[in-house]
Amino acid sequence: MKNMLVVTSGIVAMILSTVTLAGPREDLLAQYAAAAKATGFSAARGQTLHTQNFSGGKPDTPSCTTCHGKDTRGAGRALTGKAIEPVAVSVTPTRYTDPAKVEKWFKRNCTEVLGRECTPQEKGDWLTFVIGQ
Amino acid sequence: MRIPYRPLAIGLVTLAFSALVLARAQAGDRHFFAPVADSVVKEECGSCHLAFAPSMLPARSWQRMMGELDNHFGDNASLDPATAEKITSYLVANAGDAGGQRYSSKLLKGVATGAAPQRITELPKWVSEHRKVPDWEWRHKEVRTKANCVACHTAAEQGYYEE
Repeated sequence: MKNMLVVTSGIVAMILSTVTLAGPREDLLAQYAAAAKATGFSAARGQTLHTQNFSGGKPDTPSCTTCHGKDTRGAGRALTGKAIEPVAVSVTPTRYTDPAKVEKWFKRNCTEVLGRECTPQEKGDWLTFVIGQ
Repeated sequence: MRIPYRPLAIGLVTLAFSALVLARAQAGDRHFFAPVADSVVKEECGSCHLAFAPSMLPARSWQRMMGELDNHFGDNASLDPATAEKITSYLVANAGDAGGQRYSSKLLKGVATGAAPQRITELPKWVSEHRKVPDWEWRHKEVRTKANCVACHTAAEQGYYEE
C-alpha cells in the first residue's frame, strides 16, 4: 500500500514537472523576447551579468552581487543594512510575478550598477538565470 | 575529541554582541512611533530600508523629501506622480507635527521652525539619545548604517524604539 503511494506520487510529480504553466514570469520573458527580437535567452549570460563588475554605475554598487550576495539562494543585504530576499525562484517563489515591480527594479538597479537601463536581452537572460536557480 | 574552536568562537562573539545590544535596547521606557500602516507606503518606502515612521519628521521634511526623490540620499528613487502624491499625503497627514503624536514633540525638540531636516539621525534629540553608542557598534556588519534601526531596536518595525 505504502509502495503504491510512493509510486503514484512519483508519477504525479513527474507529470507536474514536465508541464510548464504559462505564468507572469513566462509572459515577461515573451515580452522581452519580442522587444529584443531575441532568438533565445541564456542563463549563462544572465549569470555573467549578475556577477560581473561594471564601472559605469555607482562606485559603491559595482555589481548585482554587491547587494544580492554571491549565493543566489541566500539572502542579500542592501547598503542600508536591510535584508533582501534571495533572487532564486526556487527559494522565493513569489518573485517576478508582478511585471510592474520587475520593471521598476530592473530600471532602478541597472541604473545603479551599470549606469544605464538594461536591454530587453539582458533582462531576459537575467530572468532566465534566476528562474533556473 | 577535536573541539571546533573556530565556530565556537564565532558563536560566542555573536552571542556577546547580541546580548550587549539587546541589553541597551531593552533598558529604559518604551518610545512608540506608529509604523506605516498604508500598504503602498510600506512597499515603496520599505523595500530598501525600514519604512520610517512618518511621526519622526515634521510635514515640511516629508514634502521636501518627496519632491527630491530623484536624488534620495544619492539614489534615484523616483516614483510615478500618482504614487508619489499618495505617499506624500500619507506622510504629511501622519507627520510628527501633525498633532496627536505622543513622542514626536520630544524627538523634534530643537528643530528650528521652518527647517526641513531630511535625516532622522541628525535630529538633535536623536543624536543625544544615541551618544553612548560607540563607533565600533555602528560599524558592525549587522548594523552598517545609523538608518538600520532594527539592528538594535528589534521591535522597530512594530513602532517600538526602546532606549
